[in-house]
Amino acid sequence: MTRIRQGEGVEMKESISSVVENKLKSERNWLKVAVVTAYIIFLLLPIYWLLNMSFKTNQEILSTFSLWPRDFTLANYATIFTDPSWYSGYINSMIYVLMNTIIALAVALPAAYAFSRYRFLGDKHLFFWLLTNRMAPPAVFVLPFFQLYSAFGLIDTYLAVALAHCLFNVPLAVWILEGFMSGVPREIDETAYIDGYSFPRFFRKIFMPLIASGVGVAAFFCFMFSWVELLIARTLTVTEAKPIAAVMTRTVSASGLDWGVLAAAGILTIIPGALVIYFVRHHIAKGFALGRV
Amino acid sequence: MKMQHNKAWFMVLPMLLVVAVSAIIPLMTVVNYSVQDSFGNNEFFWVGTEWFQEILASERFHNALQRTLLFSGLILVIEIPLGISIALAMPRRGIAVSFCLVLMALPLLIPWNVVGTIWQVFGRVDIGLLGRGLSSLGIDYNYTQDVFDAWVTLIVMDVWHWTSLVVLLCYSGLVSIPEVYYQAARIDGASRWSVFRFIQLPKIKRVLLIAVLLRFMDSFMIYTEPFVVTGGGPGNATTFLSIDLVQMAVGQFDLGPAAAMSLIYFLVILLLSWVFYTVMTSLDNDSNSAGRGR
Repeated sequence: MTRIRQGEGVEMKESISSVVENKLKSERNWLKVAVVTAYIIFLLLPIYWLLNMSFKTNQEILSTFSLWPRDFTLANYATIFTDPSWYSGYINSMIYVLMNTIIALAVALPAAYAFSRYRFLGDKHLFFWLLTNRMAPPAVFVLPFFQLYSAFGLIDTYLAVALAHCLFNVPLAVWILEGFMSGVPREIDETAYIDGYSFPRFFRKIFMPLIASGVGVAAFFCFMFSWVELLIARTLTVTEAKPIAAVMTRTVSASGLDWGVLAAAGILTIIPGALVIYFVRHHIAKGFALGRV
Repeated sequence: MKMQHNKAWFMVLPMLLVVAVSAIIPLMTVVNYSVQDSFGNNEFFWVGTEWFQEILASERFHNALQRTLLFSGLILVIEIPLGISIALAMPRRGIAVSFCLVLMALPLLIPWNVVGTIWQVFGRVDIGLLGRGLSSLGIDYNYTQDVFDAWVTLIVMDVWHWTSLVVLLCYSGLVSIPEVYYQAARIDGASRWSVFRFIQLPKIKRVLLIAVLLRFMDSFMIYTEPFVVTGGGPGNATTFLSIDLVQMAVGQFDLGPAAAMSLIYFLVILLLSWVFYTVMTSLDNDSNSAGRGR
């Protein structure tokens, strides 16, 4: 059994043992690099294939088999950017995803603050119940959602999808934010009140900057889960607010199989996500550790 | 100590309203359907637990449940150890970290049906790299015809799609371990395995629990990707519970049985998640008392 001792002489012994350790390490290092590289190649290969196809003409895709486009063309992308039924799909998706992220964060912030700072009647039950919503299969909700939103005349609006996606995003946002907020010492709140800050002012001026990375991480996850969800988004929209992902499935079934355009559309759906990851890349790992995700 | 403060309910209220609209009311509708029958015209009458009995006794439900359980089981067995190993192999500092994180998170942000499309194309024997490659190696591979191939394709697809989530979670747990712990282990001459077993594993236990729960729930609820790739086929070989459910609810419009099935489905997930949670937290306590040894 390992005994963790943090006593005297740590540094001296460390320098001796690190010489031995370094030898072992360099042997192990190439294995590590190999594992990570192999995994990343495995991840990128299917995406590369899609990218490859998106630059080919339909004829080339079906007739020849090549690892890179022989007859390089941007025609597939041109089709998407000139046809409103294609590019409006992207705009629709962006709008409801942003609406969802804003709604989810707006209601999750005060709730997470309450969970992290106060004990109140039924708080634990409420928190657990929230998480059970994350466990509900979207397939279960498809039909009732459709009926509920048609009763309110919300079908085919951005709001319907944005609200429906709150089902899984609000619990997640509360969960992440609660973790971040609990990491902020309570004394800060108390000091601010003594200094005469009102609650809204304290929340905006002092508390928000402290949990900014938490808000970033929560926003990232809301964006991600709303962006990738299709089943509910497709059910609640007809034409006006149709998400890009649904436009794609329809095109596949309707006009035969235009593989090139399909691939180009797929590549374009990856881009917003890739941009978002790039912006929060420093917070992803840290965010996971601090927040309770 | 937290303050007892029931006015905090007001802060929770907006969230409760939003979740009520998107969760409680729809769930009540489902419950309502599950105990009624209809001959159209919006006329409903009470049938009690009839639908539940019918679903629980039906072969179709049992088969779909078994397929889903098998799928989730395989996913957990593959993705969790794989995710941990990759997280352990990740670089800890430098530009390589951002590089790896961004690339690994990429599959997570692809819409699920696009994931399906990517693999549908990738695995095709005529135009896909994977299908073409395998058949040129002399392996008879066709995921639309062969049950085994369809399963392998779906599992590889899910591993491709979600292992990164496990990696990111474990990695975040690993980087939060203070360097002092490793130094201490080095002084004691701890082997690589005991460093993992007694330092790293206990420290990432919490995030690992989340990873297992999330992966279990999401693989158990999987719908879009298999729907796009195999459409539940060949035959019914990859018709998971969710696919079956949507078929019943939207395709055949059998509201009563579909609603009853939804509730049973939901309860199965709740139950299994609770079991996972309890087992893993009790393991946590055991290893804490055993591994502490100070």
